[in-house]
Amino acid sequence: MLTLTCPYCGVAAEETELAPGGEAHLTRFGPGSSDDDFEAYLFSRSNPKGVHFERWRHAYGCGKWFLAARCTVTLEVFGTYPAQCFAPPPELIAAIKAKRPEWKGFQ
Amino acid sequence: MRRYSIFAVAREGLRFHQGWGRAWAAPEPKKKYEVVVVGAGGHGLATAYYLGRNFGIRNVAIIDKGWLGGGNTGRNTTVIRSNYLQDPSAAIYEKSRALYETLSQDLNYNIMFSPRGLLMLAQTEHEARGYKRTVHANALQGIETQWIEPARVKELVPIMNIAGPRYPVLGALYQPRGGTARHDAVAWGYARACSDMGMDIIQNCEVTGVRTQGGRVHGVDTSRGAIDCDKLAMVVAGNASVLADMAGFRLPIESLSLQALVSEPIKPAINVVVMANTVHGYMSQSDKGELVIGGGTDGFNNYTQRGSWNHIEETIRALIETFPIISRLKLMRQWGGIVDMTGDRSPILSTTPVEGIFVNCGWGTGGFKSIPGSGWAMAELVAKGTPGPLAAEFGLNRFREGRFIDESVAAGVAH
Repeated sequence: MLTLTCPYCGVAAEETELAPGGEAHLTRFGPGSSDDDFEAYLFSRSNPKGVHFERWRHAYGCGKWFLAARCTVTLEVFGTYPAQCFAPPPELIAAIKAKRPEWKGFQ
Repeated sequence: MRRYSIFAVAREGLRFHQGWGRAWAAPEPKKKYEVVVVGAGGHGLATAYYLGRNFGIRNVAIIDKGWLGGGNTGRNTTVIRSNYLQDPSAAIYEKSRALYETLSQDLNYNIMFSPRGLLMLAQTEHEARGYKRTVHANALQGIETQWIEPARVKELVPIMNIAGPRYPVLGALYQPRGGTARHDAVAWGYARACSDMGMDIIQNCEVTGVRTQGGRVHGVDTSRGAIDCDKLAMVVAGNASVLADMAGFRLPIESLSLQALVSEPIKPAINVVVMANTVHGYMSQSDKGELVIGGGTDGFNNYTQRGSWNHIEETIRALIETFPIISRLKLMRQWGGIVDMTGDRSPILSTTPVEGIFVNCGWGTGGFKSIPGSGWAMAELVAKGTPGPLAAEFGLNRFREGRFIDESVAAGVAH
């Protein structure tokens, strides 16, 4: 069973305690944006086979949203970090690069 | 190709079955094809088959990174139905169901189509209303479905507990001509027919790159060398985003793991397909006697072909309440398939930003039932370069334009 550590309350939560929230770090586009940007924001997803940054909510715990880096092939969790970030922490990116040399990097 | 018939069986029986030839060839890839179809699952093979049969395009290669029919075609629960709500979906799923009716004869390959009837249980008031609406929609679309009351459900499925209390059966959406087929045979039958038309089925050949030049497809790089093509059809379900990434565009797709499991074989107990969408479970009995059970999808992106344990538990817990007799059965196998989910739970049959590349994906949890119809529509799209009437509404531009084909009720999880 997938286990993620909540960066807020520190609990190692199993997936039944968490609610998945889809891809993280999407750039939001609203009224006034171009059709391309708005469509991409609403629908297009990177859906990688490998390293994926995603949102989770500690739904049956502290209730906070947080972000996680996980491999979609092996389910290895590289780390979790607070939701108030525009990009993953550099040390997390370095840790992923060390484990997955072929990874293209955070885009 | 030698035709399969009762005379062939008799002839081979007399010579100890030594004379059966290979059902399809295993050629080396050529340098160039008119059309390369990536993905030798049901949808890819059906696309190739109808390209040859309906449009006379036979210079076709179907390539697959694994073995033929080894992805979702070999992992589904073989349900065939067409009781969808929206007109475009009803058209393509009913075309598909209708093609299944005579597919064994068309392919000269027994796909064991069994139109045993299919029930979608209504276990909440909202579901009952939703399904009654679907029955009315189906009547207008010319698809035979009925709303049936609990007493009739019990008559069709005597092993069902309709009284609840937790999940009472309030009625059901019944499609008498829905059913199942042998999933591997569908892939094998199409493969045999494609090979017979001179198409090359190349297994264990993984696409590693898509070559484009000036916004136009040029060919693919594979683990068995470069293959040039005029047109490229991507029919790879859960891996659609990976292939699209190689070609330089993104899709509105997320890949999730959907699970299924089978019980030990028992005597005939249930002769219809039952789907219970409130509890995310569906069940039918295979010809071998196993109960084939489908569960829910994981909520997070996933390429593992396994699925989460808690979903099995939830599915089984709910099904045991609806079918008390299964509570002591042992389960033999469990597996997952990677389903490609779109936001509106409807498929994508479309041209792409790269000229000459066509994509067929997004069938999500409901791919098996749509194999013939999908291949039929995709073949027209690839052959003509523009979608025909079946595929017209399923283009990628529907997301940009807000013309969704919302099937989240019809598709739910159990598809």
